Amino acid sequence: MSRIATDTAPLVSARNVHKSFGHNEVLKGIDLDVMPGEVVVVLGPSGSGKSTFLRCINHLEAINRGSIMVAGEQIGYRLNGERLVKLSPRAIAAQRRQIGMVFQQFNLFPHMTALENIIEAPVGVHGHSRKEATDYAMELLARIGLTEKANAYPRQLSGGQQQRVAIARALAIRPKLMLFDEPTSALDPELVGEVLATMRDLAGQGLTMIVVTHEIGFAREAADRVVFMDGGLVVEEGRPEEVLANPSHPRTRLFLSRFIREAA
Amino acid sequence: MSSAAEPMHDRQATLRDVANAHRPFEWGRWLLWAFVLAVGANFAWIVAWNPNFGWPVVAQWFTAESILRGLYVTLGLTVVAMVIGVVIGLLLAIARLSDDRLFSGLAGLFIWFFRGTPLLVQLIFWYNLSTLFPEISISIPFGPTLVSWHTNDLITPMTAAIAGLSLNEAAYMAEIIRGGLLSVDKGQSEASDAFGMTRARALWRVIIPQAMRSIVPPTGNQLISMIKATSLVSVIAMADLLYSVQAVYNRTFEVVPMLMVAVIWYLVITTVLNIGQGFIERYYARGERGATERMPVIAEATP
Ligand SMILES: Nc1ncnc2c1ncn2[C@@H]1O[C@H](COP(=O)(O)OP(=O)(O)OP(=O)(O)O)[C@@H](O)[C@H]1O
Ligand SMILES: [Mg+2]
Repeated sequence: MSRIATDTAPLVSARNVHKSFGHNEVLKGIDLDVMPGEVVVVLGPSGSGKSTFLRCINHLEAINRGSIMVAGEQIGYRLNGERLVKLSPRAIAAQRRQIGMVFQQFNLFPHMTALENIIEAPVGVHGHSRKEATDYAMELLARIGLTEKANAYPRQLSGGQQQRVAIARALAIRPKLMLFDEPTSALDPELVGEVLATMRDLAGQGLTMIVVTHEIGFAREAADRVVFMDGGLVVEEGRPEEVLANPSHPRTRLFLSRFIREAA
Repeated sequence: MSSAAEPMHDRQATLRDVANAHRPFEWGRWLLWAFVLAVGANFAWIVAWNPNFGWPVVAQWFTAESILRGLYVTLGLTVVAMVIGVVIGLLLAIARLSDDRLFSGLAGLFIWFFRGTPLLVQLIFWYNLSTLFPEISISIPFGPTLVSWHTNDLITPMTAAIAGLSLNEAAYMAEIIRGGLLSVDKGQSEASDAFGMTRARALWRVIIPQAMRSIVPPTGNQLISMIKATSLVSVIAMADLLYSVQAVYNRTFEVVPMLMVAVIWYLVITTVLNIGQGFIERYYARGERGATERMPVIAEATP
């Protein structure tokens, strides 16, 4: 755990986060701190608000109450003296540039090759030169073992390859924080391993990651902390060996027992 | 037992290999082809030798200077009105889809009005704008006037035709483009947002290129309608292709041959456009599964 700088300020700091869709309150006061370099795995039953929380962190969803800070900046708002003001779409876009996101459905741009997908944001959003972006993209493709697929279109790749390209695309902007929303849930079982291996590499390199997943094995091996969500609240959190082996909350116990039975 | 069965088995496998399959001779299809070709040839023969079509007159006028000038006006109007229509249509579509009630409301109003009234009436109104508004001025609402023009100086048959055709086209294109933008998976704009792209950049780089696949075919349709809709401008004294042939047959009374001149030119333009559309569609199909392999497969299947 030495790679986590415990003495510095948290990279992500969510306080009392509430989010409703109409009358349906999905997040009911989430508190969570993530330290730089920490890998946090979020577990929880379907509909517990995991994706919603993740999407609030980069303001894909606006929260109704509470606050979210990333790297010392409040997401979506700015303090002007004593008044909190909403940021312009342009300023929100700028905040998102330090956060990488990986989606369950990959969301690669289908009209661009793997390489074009990876350099799109660095060139078009971050203003890097095409040469520099391409060099880094090729380095990332080499790291995920897909150098020879640089010029393939997403539809010519397997699901696992697409998701690895999507991870490389998110890494290409050199993010301070990576968000993963069930990155392996849309994959055939035999393709899950290659994506998890890529993510384990990243975890080992000290990247700060928040990972929503149902892969208990990944949580056990790669997570510094496991957060268990249920009904829009964090009901339990702690080191994976503790929470996974000895859940204290009955909801966590129920959830994990179902998983362990499924795995058996 | 097995040694005797094996060659039998091999022979079966060779016989059953579909690569060696023969096609049964399809009498029905051949007869149908022959029948259709015979009827077609006969019809062409009848039309070609029918003196009422006046083919020598058609040939004489087909490339006459006044006709070519009319053709030029038709093509020019079509291109200009279409380009302006697509640009305004794109802006309207984006406004219509925005969360801003003011923009989407205004765009909706525009589309409602220009789609809801006949193009012919719109053209006549534009042409006669000076009777409604003798002067056009830019001024502060209820305040002083900054600049003003006499409407008659601005509205020539040409500007009236362009305004009428392009604004009407914009309303239709807006709906076509809106449909195209909506057809793109929501995950795409979400990914663009997550990467910190501005709305404009996301549209330009991610959404519009994917929307093109469903925008191009109906736009080709619109373009072809537009070529023919330009013939309406003859009511405001624009000398387009149809107006030019009318001018001739009003003198010579060779109505059918002159209309044939126009018909053939319209068909020539439409053919060229269809070919162009095919190329554009293939371009925007890149990245589709099999888009790159499709050609050789077809070549193999038809020996
Ligand atoms: N855009 C939306 N509009 C309305 N309701 C929504 C929206 N997004 C999510 N919800 C609702 O919020 C609740 C939580 O959804 P969320 O996707 O965050 O759950 P989850 O924990 O990620 O579940 P899963 O494991 O199935 O992905 C669900 O009841 C869902 O119906
Ligand atoms: Mg989810």
